[in-house]
Amino acid sequence: MKAINTITSRFVPINIENIDTDQIIPARFLKATTKDGFGKNLFRDWRYYNDDESKTRADFPLNMSQFDGEILVAGKNFGCGSSREHAAWSILDAGFRVVVSSFYADIFKNNALNNGVLPVQVSDAFLQRIFLQDNNTELTVDLENQTITINSTGEQEHFDISSYKKTCLLNGYDDIDYLLSIKKDIEVFEAS
Amino acid sequence: MDTKNNKDSSENFPLGVGSTLFEKIWEQHIVKTIDNGPSVLYIDRHFIHEVTSPQAFTGLNKRGIKVLRPKQTIATADHNVPTLNQHLPIKEELSRKQVEALIQNCAEHGIELYGLGHPFQGIVHVIGPELGITQPGMTIVCGDSHTSTHGAFGAIAFGIGTSEVEMVFASQCLLQSKPKLMRINVDGILNKGVVSKDIVLYILSKITASGATGYAVEFAGSAIRSLSMEARMTICNMSIEMGGRCGLIAPDETTFNYIKGREFAPQGEALERKLAEWKQLFSDSDATFDKEYHFDADGIEPMITYGTNPGMGIGVSEKIPTAETINENDKSGLSKSLAYMGLQQGAAIKGQKIDYVFIGSCTNSRIEDLRMVASFVKGKHKADDVEVWIVPGSKQVEAQAIEEGIDKIFEEAGFQLRQPGCSACLGMNEDKIPAGKYCISTSNRNFEGRQGAGARTLLASPLTAAAAAITGFVTDVRELLN
Repeated sequence: MKAINTITSRFVPINIENIDTDQIIPARFLKATTKDGFGKNLFRDWRYYNDDESKTRADFPLNMSQFDGEILVAGKNFGCGSSREHAAWSILDAGFRVVVSSFYADIFKNNALNNGVLPVQVSDAFLQRIFLQDNNTELTVDLENQTITINSTGEQEHFDISSYKKTCLLNGYDDIDYLLSIKKDIEVFEAS
Repeated sequence: MDTKNNKDSSENFPLGVGSTLFEKIWEQHIVKTIDNGPSVLYIDRHFIHEVTSPQAFTGLNKRGIKVLRPKQTIATADHNVPTLNQHLPIKEELSRKQVEALIQNCAEHGIELYGLGHPFQGIVHVIGPELGITQPGMTIVCGDSHTSTHGAFGAIAFGIGTSEVEMVFASQCLLQSKPKLMRINVDGILNKGVVSKDIVLYILSKITASGATGYAVEFAGSAIRSLSMEARMTICNMSIEMGGRCGLIAPDETTFNYIKGREFAPQGEALERKLAEWKQLFSDSDATFDKEYHFDADGIEPMITYGTNPGMGIGVSEKIPTAETINENDKSGLSKSLAYMGLQQGAAIKGQKIDYVFIGSCTNSRIEDLRMVASFVKGKHKADDVEVWIVPGSKQVEAQAIEEGIDKIFEEAGFQLRQPGCSACLGMNEDKIPAGKYCISTSNRNFEGRQGAGARTLLASPLTAAAAAITGFVTDVRELLN
């Protein structure tokens, strides 16, 4: 897992609530046996008409040349539905390291954290402030200090993350490294 | 609907205060807790399938390690299998390769696989319970969000991502933070034509599709207690649709009687010992929850969804909400949702034309679901312009249906009985609903494109789906019952 610390970037806004993982990556793209290459199908059915790559939807932010960056900003309850980790893989593969929303579904949040994608949870009011910014605005997400800043205005909010997960992300550690290191404890537990 | 917050989750409880069902099971499975961090939770049973496991096996192979406890791991092929001609090689190349990868991975790691052709094959959340693998007091995970189904037995069961599948392979443990606790009580007697699917769609319509996010949800009350095991599974199955980390129902005689005699259920003295343990699995009378809801069963009518998340449901006799009447959670998405569905604010849902009927999925594909549909449609025939697919949850359900002659009833009704799998619930295989068509479905998700790009899904109970199959329209099944 790639470590993450401070990211300063423009952002891609998708101002829609309750975005489920079937929208992030439709089930028909889950037939792969590797983690690579999902990015091109991120939000597939919102990007193209009739599943045809030559018929792009001009009004969808991922298709709009003015939007770019490593930060995806989306409406509340992002990532609800299926547990497919392919959703996190597709977001990462499309070049995003941070998702900003005011509420996340639990499984998506874990999947993102396990892949070095930082889910930043902000207040509804702060989220709306971000959506009001123009497309040249940069955001700075500082994991060490747990802050997100709208650089043009200086508005800033603190975000929560467990200290364990923060350490993992700052260093690029994953849970398996830790779980393998406590094998003895697990065996003692099983024996009891 | 009453709600009350009677516990602050950050508070430390004094000794002597009762425990919830969830806490009793959770405490028994903690290997250790990281300071200011998550707990290491031991996992008793790990179900796997072809779609969310291959990358986890690859991860293990890269580390040069094997599955730690293969005997606690059970595999099946369900998400990506055809539901016709399962005896033939899978035509679609990527699907075939994914199923072949599962076969090879299971062989290399010593995992029992109930794959295509095996008499135990089926949807992972159908076969676990029917084989007696799912038992009270267990921790159960699977790389599938509907793992919550198994909570109907009084187990902590939840869906995980592929990285977590790899963690369980490697260590039989997961790092987990304890969720907040919610109890949803449903008391009273259900009306005629109202079944467990209607209860859960009703709850969803009240608390919304994110109402239980961050919570473990215990379902309780006399209406829940009165349900069969299979009906209880339908409720817990959809606790993830409320965002719940898991759903649980305290085990009782209904649970114990269901388990006894099943393939992998404990027997004899071992069963007696287990029963004594299982009987301790309930929330103490002085246990407290972070949030609690109360609903009356007799206020529930047959339910149907009109929108694009499972919380967007109404009674079949009700009108589709308007921007003025809808709850806050779904307000911003109403127009987009109804545009996708081709429906109008304030319109009746009853009478809406239907093109497809799908009766299946881990929510409603068990033998009781098929019996319910068969007893309703016996002697009737489907509407001419409706296609009806019945997809049993497992080979055992299919065999039982044939033994009971249910297959003949379906054939005479013009329904197509297919072979077990997840099928049109998520449209990963060929079973897709065409763009723009309306499908009344007993599955769990009405998301845009869920059943096929552009497909329009209306979620309902098996009875309401069967009624629509006969009339060709969204129908109040109560008007057709004697």
